[in-house]
Amino acid sequence: MRLGDAEEEWAELMRAAIGGNASAYRSLLQTLTPVLRGVARRNCARIGLDGSEAEDVVQEVLIALHLKRHTWDPDRPIGPWIMTITRNKLIDARRKRGRSTHVPIEEMNEVLSVDGSGDSVARFDINRMLERLGERQRDLLRSLSIEGCSVQETAQRLNMSEGAVRVALHRAIKGLASLYRESPQ
Amino acid sequence: MKTDDLVNVLVADLPITTPRFSRTLTRALIFGALIAALVFVLGVHMRPDFAAAIETPRVWLKFAFGLSLLIASFKLTQRLASPGEPIGFWGMALLGAPLMLALGVAAEMWLTPESSWKMRLIGANARFCLLFIPMLATAPLACLLFALRQGAPTNPGLAGAVAGLLAGAVAATLYALHCPDDSPFFLATWYSSAIVIVSASGYGVGSRMLRW
Repeated sequence: MRLGDAEEEWAELMRAAIGGNASAYRSLLQTLTPVLRGVARRNCARIGLDGSEAEDVVQEVLIALHLKRHTWDPDRPIGPWIMTITRNKLIDARRKRGRSTHVPIEEMNEVLSVDGSGDSVARFDINRMLERLGERQRDLLRSLSIEGCSVQETAQRLNMSEGAVRVALHRAIKGLASLYRESPQ
Repeated sequence: MKTDDLVNVLVADLPITTPRFSRTLTRALIFGALIAALVFVLGVHMRPDFAAAIETPRVWLKFAFGLSLLIASFKLTQRLASPGEPIGFWGMALLGAPLMLALGVAAEMWLTPESSWKMRLIGANARFCLLFIPMLATAPLACLLFALRQGAPTNPGLAGAVAGLLAGAVAATLYALHCPDDSPFFLATWYSSAIVIVSASGYGVGSRMLRW
């Protein structure tokens, strides 16, 4: 697939997601994950970080794309937006290792062909991050992620209203982002 | 948690949305400028000879300087906090205000006798200028930095510094309604120093507060 076509497809999915289409959003994130993984692995190898650290970067990038999706202007190409966020997270990862801050990042179109399949477990895996969140947030994230429950089911299990689950979930994701940001990797 | 599990979590969070960042920033600017205007009305007064002064080119320069800095730094702040958006024209546009000022200074040197320069430079109100511009800029700067937390600046310090220029431009434009010193020399020295102070505070706060 050429970058231009891929980009147009991602932009289409993101526009639908911004309009509230959850399945478009899921397929966007699922399509992007292997691409991001390819970029992260390739660049992490270059700057001396290992493969599990690359998976941390992938997860951080996904969280950042999610929390900052309102900074993308739907009239602009989505590729530069994704790449800039990815580059930023790679620079952070490198900075945490005390290396110089200049990361030469390969263009995404070179990387589209790279095999980014397989779901290697992140080294700084979120399970350990979860320990540092509150008990409620932890149960919530486990229920929604690993156990794959819906918001409604989770609300029933945890005896919370759906609204409260949504608010707590959003806070938990922001909490994860700041744990990542502050953790010395 | 594996990456696929994380995707489940993010999809579940889709319904919680944030307004488009450019809108948030525009609102912050308007809100901050309104507070600054209120502070101005309550604490500083318009110059008594405003109606006559507004007809002189020296006073035009003051407003043209403030407003061009305001527009360019607003566009630039927005772009610096939106990943992947090119800076393009607006980086150059930021030079418009200092360029205008340089021309004004040159004209003033051409038109006025050297013996009057010192007086024009020192003016009547330098201390007030250095005090009031940062004071008037406080609310807009706070609003802008707060809004920038919703953005994603690649370089947090730089985004904070440009937001400081923007807040300083708002304050300088308001302060020009009061200030009786109209020489471009005064503008180049005191207004600029005051705006630099605001920009430096923006840098300091931004580099700490705007990481994401």
